[in-house]
Amino acid sequence: MEFFLVTLLNGVSYGLLLFMLSSGLTLIFSMMGVLNFAHASFYMLGAYFAYSISTRIGFWQALVVAPVAVGAIGMLVERFGLRTVHRYGHVAELLFTFGLAYIIEELVHLVWGRLPVDYRIPAQLDGPLFAIYGTSFPIYRGFMMLVSVTMLAALYLALTRTRIGLVIRAALTHPHMVEALGHDVPRMFMLVFGGGAALAGLAGVIGGNAFVTEPGMAALVGVIVFVVVVVGGMGSLAGAFIASLLIGCLQTFSVALDWSIAGALARLGLQPPPGLLVTELFGITVSQAAPVLPYLLMVLVLILRPRGIMGTREA
Amino acid sequence: MSTEARRCEPLNPWRWLPWGGAAAALALLPLVFRHGFALTLLSQMGIMVIFALSYNMLLGQSGLLSFGHAVYSGLGAYCAVHALNLIGKGQLAFPVSALPLVGGVSGALFGVLFGWVTTKKSGTTFAMISLGIAEMVAACSLMLPGFFGGEGGVTANRTVGRAFLGISYGPATQVYYLIAVWTMVATAAMFALTRTPLGRIANAVRDNPERAEFIGYDTHVVRFLQLVLAAFFAGVSGALAAINFEIVSAEALGASRSGGVLLATFIGGTGWFVGPIIGAVVYTFFVGAISSVTKAWLLYLGLFFIVMVLFAPGGVASLAAANLRVAKAGLFGRLAPAYGAALGAGLAALGGFATIVEMIYYHELEAVNDPVLRLLGLRLDVTTAPPWFGAAVVLAAGGAAFWVAARRVRVRWNEVHERLGRGSA
Repeated sequence: MEFFLVTLLNGVSYGLLLFMLSSGLTLIFSMMGVLNFAHASFYMLGAYFAYSISTRIGFWQALVVAPVAVGAIGMLVERFGLRTVHRYGHVAELLFTFGLAYIIEELVHLVWGRLPVDYRIPAQLDGPLFAIYGTSFPIYRGFMMLVSVTMLAALYLALTRTRIGLVIRAALTHPHMVEALGHDVPRMFMLVFGGGAALAGLAGVIGGNAFVTEPGMAALVGVIVFVVVVVGGMGSLAGAFIASLLIGCLQTFSVALDWSIAGALARLGLQPPPGLLVTELFGITVSQAAPVLPYLLMVLVLILRPRGIMGTREA
Repeated sequence: MSTEARRCEPLNPWRWLPWGGAAAALALLPLVFRHGFALTLLSQMGIMVIFALSYNMLLGQSGLLSFGHAVYSGLGAYCAVHALNLIGKGQLAFPVSALPLVGGVSGALFGVLFGWVTTKKSGTTFAMISLGIAEMVAACSLMLPGFFGGEGGVTANRTVGRAFLGISYGPATQVYYLIAVWTMVATAAMFALTRTPLGRIANAVRDNPERAEFIGYDTHVVRFLQLVLAAFFAGVSGALAAINFEIVSAEALGASRSGGVLLATFIGGTGWFVGPIIGAVVYTFFVGAISSVTKAWLLYLGLFFIVMVLFAPGGVASLAAANLRVAKAGLFGRLAPAYGAALGAGLAALGGFATIVEMIYYHELEAVNDPVLRLLGLRLDVTTAPPWFGAAVVLAAGGAAFWVAARRVRVRWNEVHERLGRGSA
């Protein structure tokens, strides 16, 4: 039971982190039709910026400055890169962000080196928050959940209660009409792209020290975020939220379980059939299969429900 | 009707010139480049040419942007290496020279397995799903060590087959010729495929799927068939890589290989059949030669790619074709001075940038032992300010000059094209 509760909390905190990434990706996708391949690279930049700032000044300053810096970079990328390739179509935009992901990774190699950096949880947040039946839950996980929920509430309020939020939501579906009404839609694109990048940067600030800050972290998280977007339904924020929590829990639970088909058969008193490949397949535990499960889920969703959990258009 | 018309077509020797020239070049190159390293590079180029051409069957010809093409080449390579090991144990009688067929067929089978789900839609959706499938297969490769060999991969010995006419595949030259022959055959086959009804309708599906549906073609089936065929040729290239390196590891189906073939194909140009060939040669040169000189090769390649995406989305091939058209009209002389200025300024800017990058790497890794970086005859002490300052000045000046020169090129280019347009009208 305590295993279940603690794992669930860990899963939810990871899922909320995923949602900070996937919400920005979804907003950018539904507004501009661009699947931002470099989105996870902004997450990585956030973590590295936070590492540099927190070792020199402090973690709390990094929590504010790093996302802002990443957001500014995002805006520059949109203004001087994406806008140029926009006329060549969506594939060119996707290719641009793909190349950008390469370059950001190489620049990280150049500036911070190829090995993981020592980005640590601040001392005030290090330690257990509470304990359930002897299994403790770290403060930092709670802090991550707090930051994500606050941020997402702010995002929700900004999108539904402010003027610019209303215009952005209108531009999601009717960009030409919004432009005709005198709003600067390209500038809106820039804001949304920068905002999405800043969210990803914030996720990097709080995720970088909970996990590992290394040059491969963008590739590691990036694909999972894509899976979240496909499973949730392309362009649906609510779907992305559900899928983020689902995949967050799926990954957290599956790494902790050592069930296998062979084990289940043995409990029933059965022998697995002979054969090398069969033995190998039956002997895989859930924790060994953990890296594959999100992709398997994605393929299943594509076969059974191609538009995703909440999507309106078919993927 | 059309068959009759084709029969009457006179034999055009010019049409066969590129093919004959390519075959002759492939046959003669090892005589020029006797150096072992050059031969290795040439072999890798051949493998990459097949891989990039097969990738372009998707990207260029069917409009399918895949981020997981290495799945098919990698799985083809694994099947080929297992077949090679079976030959070695005497459990399978199959000539080593025909091993790429094993890779191709198994690649195509995996294409059938994954293709139907992935090709339902094109565009962004296909791109994402191909990425997901690629990650799934890559994750599986560490989960099933029996087939994939775990971290170390699967090794084999390519000389196990019975030597035929003295061909044992011991010497690298023999492997090179095997790769050369397969490269020619596969290239010809893929070119022929572009001329079949399927190849033509794939172009239609790429350009306007709705109209293709209206004239009675199922776009899903067309995309699926193209993917299976592309997977076949990817498997061929994978098997050749397996024979060449005698080892297949999880890297062969990883994201970096999928990304690499995308870079290569796009840089070469997706709109022309020769584009991927050019791209494969450039890419292999980067990976094989430049990576041994500098740690930052991927940064340079990525920047090159971004520059192509931003300013020349047709790739090297379309740039060459456009300039060839200008040269045929005898107007290249008008462009040449502007080109020369832009090239000089661009090289200066690139030199400044590369110097800074190399100095940063040197400063981090080597400067403790020896603060002086030797770069193209220059001696740069990275612990002092002047080299950094100098490189920054060169970069800024070169960049500014390039900006001006590029605008002049654009002006001249428009002038020339106005004249070309008038000439043809």
